[in-house]
Amino acid sequence: MGSKKFLLGIFGDEDVLLEGVPAIREKGIKIYDVFTPFPIHGLDTAMGLRESKLHIAGFIYGITGTSIALGFMTWANTFDWRVNFGGKPFWSWPAYIPITFELTVLMASAGMVATFMYLCRLAPGVQKHIMDLRQTDDKMVVAIEIDEHTDVNNLTSILKSSGAEEVNTKVIDDWYRYKIA
Amino acid sequence: MSFKESALREPLVEGNKSYKDVTNDITNSIFGTPTKGWFVAFGLSVALLLYGVFCVTYFVYYGIGTWGSNKTIGWAWDITNFVWWIGIGHAGTLISAILLLFRQKWRTGVNRAAEAMTIFAVMCAGVFPVLHMGRVWMGFFILPYPNTRGPLWPNFVSPLLWDVFAISTYFSVSLMFWYTGLIPDIATIRDRAKKIWQQKFYGALSFGWTGSAKHWQRHESLSLVLAGLSTPLVLSVHTIVSFDFATSVIPGWHTTIFPPYFVAGAVFSGFAMVQTLMLMTRKLLRLEEYITLSHIDSMNRIITLTGSIVGCAYLTELFTAWYSGALYEQYAFMNRALGPYWWSYWGMMLCNVVSPQLFWSKKLRTSIFWTFFLSIVVNIGMWFERFVIIVTSLHRDYLPSSWNMFSPTWVDIGFYLGTFGLFFTLYLLFAKYFPVIAVAEIKHVLKTTGNTPAREAELKAIMDKAAAVDAA
Repeated sequence: MGSKKFLLGIFGDEDVLLEGVPAIREKGIKIYDVFTPFPIHGLDTAMGLRESKLHIAGFIYGITGTSIALGFMTWANTFDWRVNFGGKPFWSWPAYIPITFELTVLMASAGMVATFMYLCRLAPGVQKHIMDLRQTDDKMVVAIEIDEHTDVNNLTSILKSSGAEEVNTKVIDDWYRYKIA
Repeated sequence: MSFKESALREPLVEGNKSYKDVTNDITNSIFGTPTKGWFVAFGLSVALLLYGVFCVTYFVYYGIGTWGSNKTIGWAWDITNFVWWIGIGHAGTLISAILLLFRQKWRTGVNRAAEAMTIFAVMCAGVFPVLHMGRVWMGFFILPYPNTRGPLWPNFVSPLLWDVFAISTYFSVSLMFWYTGLIPDIATIRDRAKKIWQQKFYGALSFGWTGSAKHWQRHESLSLVLAGLSTPLVLSVHTIVSFDFATSVIPGWHTTIFPPYFVAGAVFSGFAMVQTLMLMTRKLLRLEEYITLSHIDSMNRIITLTGSIVGCAYLTELFTAWYSGALYEQYAFMNRALGPYWWSYWGMMLCNVVSPQLFWSKKLRTSIFWTFFLSIVVNIGMWFERFVIIVTSLHRDYLPSSWNMFSPTWVDIGFYLGTFGLFFTLYLLFAKYFPVIAVAEIKHVLKTTGNTPAREAELKAIMDKAAAVDAA
């Protein structure tokens, strides 16, 4: 039974949302997620989300690129196939810097983008459930998961008093199925 | 929001827009049928592209002896065009990455289209060196793969191989940066789409974006790091392109000033191309409230700055040639200015050194006509610069019996026209089917920098106060 039910508080202004989200959380209500049409700075701390560690992953990918480039060129030019360029040293490391730099940047970027896509479960053709079509347009949607024990009227009034313009319910029947377009 | 922009600053988005207006203004042209002007422009671009494809097929079949290059002038039209296109690409990364790090909020109006321009320009640039290889089907020899010849590795200490890595990295990173930025905006289009094919098409391309707070947090972190990586990357790309010349022993090329000189020139020509495209885009798609005169003014200031750097570099080069006391170096510069290719040298000087100085006048800087005219002039000038550097340095080498002249053949010209076809075909498709303005980013800065009633009132209060002080 992959059915889930949500109460959606629809907000129209980011400043109201930034004050409303902590107010809702103070009442002990767990916010499932907030969907916004654009990034809102400070929303992550207001929701109590952990800081993203994506940049650390990026650093590791970058260092990997550096090592691969330097290591490979060193191996190729000093062990595998030595070529004498006018008596210059085989291990002419300053001339390795451009390629090392490029590979560092390439691996850090590609690795970070891939990690981002994996963590957010984004891929070509993936379709996810959209709480409200306006969440990619002009409204911010605070989603709270509810079940038959939830006092919906109380929750609705809390959302309204926190600044929600309207409150809707949304039932998603096949929650665990991502659709492929 | 913690951020506060002074009301004295000109609004970045005019016309007191709501978030919904922003969505509609930018996505409306995507859903409508293309205008007649678009069809005409697209038809012309495709025709140019097809002619380019014909020329490329012709010279791949008969060999690059069909080009105007000869034994003395081995690099000519192709490398000139390669460097020119690569340079044009640089403005997009400068706008999207460097101006992001410098917190220049005006970049939001133009960054998406400029990034697209970067990607298309790098594609146009890439075809020149690849086809210059002659036997293009052997092109993969430049990659370090375990081959049956030893394996024999490519020469890792050659600037030409550095170019392979620099340009492929530049293209890949720009593409990833651009596309991750596009994903939320494609989701916006997906949720507005009415026709089935549009829902399927944008649905597949939106990668399943929902706008979840955690995803936005990661997206912001990713954008910031990619900007931080792209900034040294873009500087490295034209630096490495300049190494192709600077590490040689050709008089006129063997100079340490080349890397900064090339990078400044690249940004200079790139911004000129951004201006050309933006002026057309804002008019054709009716986006005058998003790409405002103050955007055009800001970009013209960058053109003046980088144009002045380029002018300084030209004069420094001349001075160094004289001061070095090296006969060959001195001759190379005499020959540029007074030799048979004097017209390209003086054309370059006029277009690149004199013309951007006109933008010291605010009237010209905010004039659509002058901006458009001078952006074309600058691009012609920057083409001349590469032609001067490449052809005039090569055509009279150390051995006077091999001195020669270069003139392009119809194949050369067709190849160059073909890249214009490729560039504009891709740009027009992008402008029609994708958001040319970063929707989410505009919404992000709308409240603090838009033309809102609150900011209007604040501005009026400041002005009234100033008037009261003046009166007292």
